[in-house]
This record gives sequence, C-alpha cells and structure tokens, in this order.
Amino acid sequence: MADLRINLAGIKSPNPFWLASAPPTNSGYQVQRAFEAGWGGAVWKTLGEPILNVSSRFAALHFNGQRVVGFNNIELITDRPLEANLQEMYETKKRFPDRALIASLMVEPKREKWHEIVKRVEAVGVDGLELNFGCPHGMAERGMGSASGQVPELVEKQTYWVKEVATTPVIVKLTPNITDITATAEAAVKGGADAISMINTINSLMGVDLDTWNTIPHVAGKGAHGGYCGPAVKPIALNMVAECARHPRIRVPISGIGGISTWKDAVEFILMGATGVQVCTAVMHHGFRIVEDMIEGLNHYLDEKGIASVMDLVGKCVPNYSDWGNLDLNYKVAARINQDVCIQCNKCYIACEDASHQCIDRLTDDDGKTYLKVREEDCVGCNLCSIVCPVDGAIDMVEISNDLPPMTWNERQAALQAFTNYHLK
Amino acid sequence: MSLLDVTKNFQEVAKGLNDREALEEANRCLYCYDAPCIQACPTGIDIPTFIKKIATGNIKGSAQTIMLANPVGASCARVCPTEELCEGACVLNNATKPIMIGNLQRYATDWAIRNEAVLFQAGKRNGKTVAVVGGGPAGLSAARELARMGYTVTIFEAEQEAGGLNTYGIVSFRLPQPISLWEVNQVKSLGVEIKTNTKVGKDISADELLQTYDAVVLAAGMGRVPLLGIEGEELDGVYDAIEWIKETKTKPLTNKLLGKKVVVIGAGNTAIDAATCSVRLGAENVKILYRRTKEEMTAYDFEYEFAKQDGVEFRWLTAPKRIIGDENGKVTHIECVRMTLGEPAADGRRRPIPVEGSEFTMRVDAVIKAIGQTRHVDLIEQFQLAHDGGVVKVAHETYQTSNPKVFACGDIVFGKGKGEAMVVAAAQQGKQTAYAIHQFLTGGK
Repeated sequence: MADLRINLAGIKSPNPFWLASAPPTNSGYQVQRAFEAGWGGAVWKTLGEPILNVSSRFAALHFNGQRVVGFNNIELITDRPLEANLQEMYETKKRFPDRALIASLMVEPKREKWHEIVKRVEAVGVDGLELNFGCPHGMAERGMGSASGQVPELVEKQTYWVKEVATTPVIVKLTPNITDITATAEAAVKGGADAISMINTINSLMGVDLDTWNTIPHVAGKGAHGGYCGPAVKPIALNMVAECARHPRIRVPISGIGGISTWKDAVEFILMGATGVQVCTAVMHHGFRIVEDMIEGLNHYLDEKGIASVMDLVGKCVPNYSDWGNLDLNYKVAARINQDVCIQCNKCYIACEDASHQCIDRLTDDDGKTYLKVREEDCVGCNLCSIVCPVDGAIDMVEISNDLPPMTWNERQAALQAFTNYHLK
Repeated sequence: MSLLDVTKNFQEVAKGLNDREALEEANRCLYCYDAPCIQACPTGIDIPTFIKKIATGNIKGSAQTIMLANPVGASCARVCPTEELCEGACVLNNATKPIMIGNLQRYATDWAIRNEAVLFQAGKRNGKTVAVVGGGPAGLSAARELARMGYTVTIFEAEQEAGGLNTYGIVSFRLPQPISLWEVNQVKSLGVEIKTNTKVGKDISADELLQTYDAVVLAAGMGRVPLLGIEGEELDGVYDAIEWIKETKTKPLTNKLLGKKVVVIGAGNTAIDAATCSVRLGAENVKILYRRTKEEMTAYDFEYEFAKQDGVEFRWLTAPKRIIGDENGKVTHIECVRMTLGEPAADGRRRPIPVEGSEFTMRVDAVIKAIGQTRHVDLIEQFQLAHDGGVVKVAHETYQTSNPKVFACGDIVFGKGKGEAMVVAAAQQGKQTAYAIHQFLTGGK
C-alpha cells in the first residue's frame, strides 16, 4: 500500500482526490456523502452573496454514442445563505477532521469584502481558501469570477487583500479563458498565493437544436455562454498545469483540475506538476462512488512502480515539457504494421493517403493475400495511422536510428547565426 | 394451441434493433476503407457508408444507400445468409465480433417503410420500352434500374401481387409480406407499370411482347415443386411446399394441423420453411426426410439452427418410397427407405443409394414436398430461347439470351452448378441486366 497522503501548501488530505467547487459540493449533505465514499477533500461550492439561478443550466456533448464527453453549465455560485453554508461546513469538518475542507470564495473586487468573508469562513475551521477567479458566466458580468481572473493586476491585488487577513493557505483558481495562463498565475504568486488551481471552465456554447433552433441549453428561448469541462478539456487543462509547473517564477503547488475522470488522468496531472487533483464532471456523471476505483487504481499503480508515496510523483514529467524549439529535429520514428495483428480495415491506408504523406501501400503477396505495408523511408512519423488503427498492437511507431547527433531548432538557429556572424566580421 | 397462438406464431420472429441498439452498433462499425463487407455483398452495398449514416442520424440517406445497391434490400436484411456474406467478411471477426450488418440494414429500411420515404426518382423518359416477365427480386431489380435510367417499364406478373418468392415463398415469421410489397411499391413509384394476374404465355403471348417492346427481361423464376415419382403422390394430404407456404401468406391461418404428424421431403431452405410453418401451425411432430446427409443439405446453417430450435426433427439418409392412404384417399402413412452415400455424381455430390431391405413405415397426416422446383420450359420455348434443361442460356455478365433483345436473370438462369439461388444474387443480376439492356438499346448513353 503506497502512501496516498498529500500536502498541498500545508493543506493535508488522505488522498489526492478532491471534489472541485461545483454542484456536487453545494451542501453539507453532499460533501459528507462524498467523504463517506472516500474523497480526500472538497472545495465547497463558491460562497459569496447568494445569487439567483436560472432554470435549465447544464448541457453535454455526446460523441458517437458516448455520453458526456464534454459538459457545460450556466449555474452560478451558491444560491444559499452564507450562514447555512458555514454551519454545514463546520459540521462537516467536525465529522471528518482528516479531510481537506476548502472554502471557495468570490466577492466583489473590494478589499473590505474580501477581508470580511475570509474571516467568517476561517472561523468555522476550514483548511484553506480557494479564490474563484475563474467562473466565466454570470458572475463575470458583475466584475467577479473570470472578469477578475483575466486581469493580472486584479488577480494580484485581490490575492494580496486575502493574504492580508488569511491564516490558512490560499489557493488561487485560474480561468483558462486567457491567452497565457502563466501571466495570471504569476500575478497570483506575486499577490502571495500559497498555491494555484486550474483550470476553471472554458467559455462554450454546447450546441444548437436542429429542430427548434434554440441554443442548448436555452432559458425561455435565449442562451448564454456556459463553462465547458469534462473529459474533452483534459488536454487543455494538462497543458496549462504543465506550463505553470515549468515556469521559473511560478514556484507554488498546483491543484490540477479539468477533465479528470480516472486515476490515470490524475497520475498524468500529478506527473505534470499537480500536487493533487479536483474532480467534478465525472462525479456529476456517475456519482461519488467513482473515488473507490481512483484510490485503488492509484495505489496499485504506485505499488507496481515501486513508488512509496504519491508525493514522489509530483512534477516528475515537468522536465520533459519544453518549447518546440528545444525538440530534436534528428529524432525519427516510423510506423510499422504487424501483419499478424492487422485486421485490414484499411483505415491507416486511407488516413495516410488522404491526410498525411501517402506512404502506406496496399499489396498482395504470392498467395493472393492482401496486406498493408509502410514505406519507412517516406514515413514522417506523424502517428496518424497508429491513431486511427482500431486494434492495439497492429501498428508500432518504432524509433529509426541514424548517425545524426541531436539538433534542435534553437541550436540550429544559433549555429547559423554564429556562422553568419563569423563571416560578416 | 389456439388460433390466436397460431397467428402469433406467424409474426416476425426476429425483433428489430431499437434506436439505442442501432446507434451503439453503428458506432461500433470501424468504417473501413474499401471494406471487405462490400466485396462480400453480391449487390455491393456500400455498407460502411450506410452504417455511418445511421450513426449520424441520416437514416433516410442510409436507406437510400442500401436500396440503391439492392432494390430488395429490406427483404435481404431479413433473409440473406449474412454470416456467409457481409458479416462473415467483417474485419471485426478477427478482433471482437462482427457488426450486425443485416440488423442495421433492417433498421434503416424499416425506418424508410415506417416513414413512407420516397427514395428514388425515375429518370427522364428516353422513349424506350422494356417488358419484364416476372415481378420477383430479379425482375423488380431490373425494372427499378431501367426506370431510373428513363425506360418505360412494364412488369408482367402471374400472381396477384409482385415480389415473387419474397411475397409468397418465404415464411411470414422471417419475411412479412408488407416488407416485400413495400419494395414492389418503391418500384411502382418510379412509374413502372405492374400488370398482375397476367401470365405470359397464357394471358399475353411471348410474340406480342417481342413485337411491342424494345427489350424483354425474362425473370420468371421457377415453377412448382416437381413430382416425387412415387406411389400415393395424388393423395389428400400431400402438398407442394411452395404452395403450402404461399397459403400461409395469402389465406387466413387455420389450426387444422393441430396435433398432426407432418413430414417434409427435402432439406433446402424451402423445406425448412415448410417444416417450421407446420410447427407453428400446431403440428405435433414435424420431420424432415432427406436422402443425403447434413453435409449435402442446401439449407443455410442459420435456417437449420432455426428449424432445430422450432423442434423440427431431421432424418438423414431417408427417402420416401410410397405414400399410403386410407379408403377416403387421405394420407395415413409413408413408407421410407434408408440410404447410403455412394460415389460422387456429375454435380460433385455423393449419390444416395437405397439400402436394400431397410424399408420402414411411419404414420403421417401430411406430406410436404420440397425437393426443388420445376423449370418454365414452356415459357422459355415460347420465347424460342436456347436453354439447358429449362435453364436459360445467357451470356456472362450481360445476361443476354440467344435472342439479342431478350435478357434473362434470377432463378430462371439459375442451376446446373451456376451460382447460388439467393434473393440478393437475383437482385444483382436484375441490376446487371438493366445495365446490359441500357448498353444494348442506347449504347449506354
């Protein structure tokens, strides 16, 4: 049994699986059910001035018969009185003292508002605070959420105000609706953030009804952009986590959020620099019980790899993530089709023919049997064939050794520049 | 068993896929490029394309893809030996399990039937006329394609309805009559005139057709079940399997067979149909007698399995020798003889030889003959076409007969070891015949 405990900027939890601030953490009843199921922590649904919600709030992207590949919502922060939430938070923490209970907060960008809510929330015994600078709908129109989160100065200033009074660790939750998330991450760090979490949801319109021409979802015939999340956003979130993790001036722990549905997703985020992860959509789809497999799968993975603690995984892949200009131009892989596994659906053939470099041949052997073969010398190693291949093991991307030394674009440009300089002199 | 049960017994056995099942199955299809299932379909239906269209919700387009390649595609979805054709060729046989192509084809065509979809339009009339003798799968297929190319087509159909064996010769619980009649109506909707109850050679002469039309398609299929050539064949209670099945598709079902003992002679698909029909009509015991063994049986494997599940008993290496009746001329017994297999005959099948002294007698109430079909020699000769024992001689691929303006396809050219008498094969021949006529009459312009 590996040690699954994490310590994120001083916030401790028995495992790295937290519930993100969202509908599943709306009440004490829900969070306590989640803790019973095994969740290591929960970020309570954002507290602030209670709001009014609209009806018809969620929608999902289904793909090829698979439901909820992506998900969006136009629900706002908590619609319940602060007192009720605080009372339930107190009871929940009392019943589950070993779990991480974090209060998500969102108030107007005013110093005294932040001071007031921080003090009230910390008084009930939370383990940390998460500042919601990410909600992209509704609250943003009131100058909160992502409206704050898109302006580095506002992120820094509000973080600073919170840190003026906070006694527990402060996590700043960032919006992905920005060109470069490291700009706001850095601003949070400058403001004194103890940790950052990402990503909040992405601006989205889920769809249009082909019969009624209404947006999906619609509220009495009108739609507004929602926040997109779920499995489909994972690559976007993973990149943002990794970009922050490798940034030299962002030296705070990261809580990874975005499309995490399984222990495998969690491991990827942790390897890319997250100290723990937050989950929402998978729970909205399947309920709290999924955490059992997440814990067990992570445990087995760590045991198989001989790793004692999940904390030993944190950031292990960050050094592998860089800029394109640092990639070796002389590295080469090529596709190889394993004839004994190939079922000859010809999907690789047509993908290569129509969309890549036309280097797969359809051939017939002496016995009249057809087979597919890659012309390795023409293969650029794009991976497309192996991506569309429906059978595991039918196409391998194999490394082709050559005598060339590694040479990145940056190195090449530097060498060219040196050469030019030398001859100009 | 009540009459109500009998009626239930004749409702289609296989349930169609529901929307969810169809979507899941359609999404499982890999959408292979140059897919082997297409090659394996005698009509060359673009199967990955029709399945993809189901997955995207373009069901009408899916039905069009199917019916374009196969004018009797709704029937074929039900009666094709898919495991030997498309599904047998599915690449997923080597990975997981093949796609249910037949069921998906049925899903799409059922949708078209339910929604009364108009799938095709007649071509601009080119002034040429074609007579089609016989409105079965081959004739309908030829007529449909000719009409799409602008020909004025008249089908001469001896029966009350067109559709041929799909309408009359395949049991309702496998292929309900409305499916076949929908296909007939699809052809009619292109302006094809179907003269029913019109037997060429009797109601209208071959000569008249040859003189009136620019080309003639002879697609009259085959005839009745031939005589066994044994004593007692004329007795009350001896039936022709095709007539037997036809009766269940045209007349109100009765429970007159309740508790009766039935034997069916022969082991082709029609024999199986006659046997399962008998079980479903309430017969107490149904036996199939076949003078050869299971190996030589021409019924599809799935038909054989279906019959066994219906409780049909198979008596291999058993031939009828004599049918015995009572004083009222009603069948009471059948005398059989055991057979053994000798050397292969000219058709490659081992010849059955009676075992001397092995005769035995069984009590029966009905004997159904299903030993093949007779040929329309008279009709062929009225057209003065070269034939080989009732099998019209045609040129490979063009289906042109010895009379250049007469083309023949379907069961009337089937036999003597050529091809397999499948509905889907007849449909393909009909299409090819239409294209050959187009070439013949207009040079393909």
